[in-house]
Amino acid sequence: MFFDRTSSIVVIALFACAVAGYFIPDWIMNQLMFGFARALAVLGLLVLWRTGLISFGHAFYFGLGAYTVALLDINLGVSDVFLRLVGAVLVSGVIGWIVGFVLRNYRDIFFAMLSLALSMVLYGIIVKTEALGSTDGFSISAPTFFGFAPDGKYPLFVFICVVCAICAVAVQMYLNSTLGWMTTAIRDNEVRVEYLGLSVANAVHVKYVLSAVLAGAAGCLMAMALGQVDPDSMVNWTASGELVFITILSGPGSVIAPFIGSVVFELLRTYAFEWAPHAWQLIVGGTLLTIILFLPGGVWSVIEKVVGKKS
Amino acid sequence: MLTKKLIRGVGLAAVSAIAISGGAAQAQDATKQDTIKIAVAAFLSGGAAGPFGVPGRNGAELVIDAINAGKLPAPYAAKGFGGATAEGIFFDESGGATKQVAEYRNLVQKRGVNVVIGYVGSGNCIALSPVADELKTLTIFSTCGTPRIFEESPRSYVFRSMSHATADNIAAAHYVADKFPNLKGYTGINQNYSWGQDSWRDFDLTLQTRNSSAKASEKLQFPKIFAGQYGTEISALSLDKSELVHSSFWGGDLEAFVIQGGARGLFKKKTAVLTVGGAASYRLGKRMPDNIILGDRGPYGILVRDRKTALNTWFINAFKDRYGTYPSGPAYHYAQSILATKVAYDKAAASAGMAPTQEQVVAALKGATFESFSTTVDMALGNGHQAITEAAYGITRYNNEAGEPALTDVKFFPAKCVMPPDGVTSVDWIKGGMKGATCS
Repeated sequence: MFFDRTSSIVVIALFACAVAGYFIPDWIMNQLMFGFARALAVLGLLVLWRTGLISFGHAFYFGLGAYTVALLDINLGVSDVFLRLVGAVLVSGVIGWIVGFVLRNYRDIFFAMLSLALSMVLYGIIVKTEALGSTDGFSISAPTFFGFAPDGKYPLFVFICVVCAICAVAVQMYLNSTLGWMTTAIRDNEVRVEYLGLSVANAVHVKYVLSAVLAGAAGCLMAMALGQVDPDSMVNWTASGELVFITILSGPGSVIAPFIGSVVFELLRTYAFEWAPHAWQLIVGGTLLTIILFLPGGVWSVIEKVVGKKS
Repeated sequence: MLTKKLIRGVGLAAVSAIAISGGAAQAQDATKQDTIKIAVAAFLSGGAAGPFGVPGRNGAELVIDAINAGKLPAPYAAKGFGGATAEGIFFDESGGATKQVAEYRNLVQKRGVNVVIGYVGSGNCIALSPVADELKTLTIFSTCGTPRIFEESPRSYVFRSMSHATADNIAAAHYVADKFPNLKGYTGINQNYSWGQDSWRDFDLTLQTRNSSAKASEKLQFPKIFAGQYGTEISALSLDKSELVHSSFWGGDLEAFVIQGGARGLFKKKTAVLTVGGAASYRLGKRMPDNIILGDRGPYGILVRDRKTALNTWFINAFKDRYGTYPSGPAYHYAQSILATKVAYDKAAASAGMAPTQEQVVAALKGATFESFSTTVDMALGNGHQAITEAAYGITRYNNEAGEPALTDVKFFPAKCVMPPDGVTSVDWIKGGMKGATCS
């Protein structure tokens, strides 16, 4: 029962993308790669959003994941994708677990602003420390797979598709579990959930760690896809804002939504950049406004309408 | 039910993939032999757009158009880049290194760009160097300063058409040592990131070798980059005993510092050395105080306004006609990169006898020496990939008659005086007493 329809669609769609990656032009594969990598962090935000929690500082974990990869590479020469991913997940998971003890007691704007403050502390530390690359950041060496160093980006793309599929299925399972269903209940009425004999604080904590791990993994994949980490595009509040933007663009409807939303965002930005180099921010911002006004359910609500009506 | 939906979904995906790749095929068509695409990266949004991005972009645009029309003075009067007409693609450099890497890939893989020039941010240049080599695309950095690019690892497709930041600060120290031989103390205000830290280090080390009796202040100011407000730092600098203030501020930070410092009388009490001050001089006009030691990252902008060579006169007049202002430093930096592109294409086309390949163009630019608008560019370092040029400093004195900013006491330092020899890193060279420097 846990492996439901949504899970099979995700697995089949990502498998199709992984196969298609071999035939499509490089730049589209790049866009998909960036989109899918970032989608994991958005998936993490979606998990929080289901409880009505919004984090304006999720780039904290995104950056932790990315910088873990960079520091492993520079200091220890770790280039294996699996070791890098495990490292990033461990670092973001452990720090998320510790921070969670504080953050699980806060809701609404307090939760959002506290997470923002945290991310800006990390940003400040990185910018001021030369050993962490300061504002310039680091270049990362090309990833290897069990000592095998392939040419081109295709193997990494397949790896990203596989990680995304596993994460999406895991999140879907979590959302369908008792703990997962509780999330909506917590949003609606925390007191009642407590009276049902369940710990709200624990449920929020689990959720928070899960979303931290997802964002850390996203940062790790993004760093490898780009071959570069820097604080301005990975830890700064603008990066957190971008993640929230994509979450709204995608809509909270399904675990598939972040993947579609994220790729749409990547394409939107690329074409806005190409057509209006002086005003691309205006186009991106205008799109967000349009989505909020006319499509509060995000891109997913359109897909639901198109596919859902005919069945 | 499920399979039906899946088929529909896969069909939809296929249709959109075909639509997108159709666009890609179109992009690839454009790389015909009689046109080349030059992408120009410049800050078009944010605080650096006004002082850096827009003049840089305009300098590149002006020279691309002139080369296409064959309007440049000799020896560049031949039309086109190796005969090919260039199409300029101007795009925004802001948003951080990560975003620039993604955009760079788009430019090369999606839009079929042949040459990428520009970039002011050192972080962007460091991030893009390995990508340029991976995608095998000629990339000429115009302004970014960090020596790390070619000192850390050899590059194949990456060039820089001006000196790196070490030259600015060595020249500044020489100028100060020559002008103020009795200097007792000096301090600095620099942004707390690589550029600011490196600039101060180079200036400090060089000045120590020239005048060891001068002491650096213990209260150096390293405010956050893009802070914008320098009230406390200016107070601290005013109270400091040092007579001289060094600053590598650039862009909006520089303008804010000059305006706020001017209002508090800082520049009446202290002599300031602004290594990138030239970029702000035309924009600030009368608000730029007199008696400031000014550089513009080399012999560019206001420092070379009185050089009457045919190329420089053409550039200043054409720029003023088209954009209504004098060309500032960044305009020269970008124009110089475009000229480097032309030199490389012309040379490669002449020896290949037809449209040259990327590899032929890269080989032609390697180690080349050419006359630019205001100075001679010699691709001497980094195995022929890093240029060296003269450096220049002057002292501000507003020209009330003409109603425009001007300089006095402009001094030029030969390239071999301010840049290390090939194979020696900047820091090692300065620390070793700048062996082999020829300053006269």
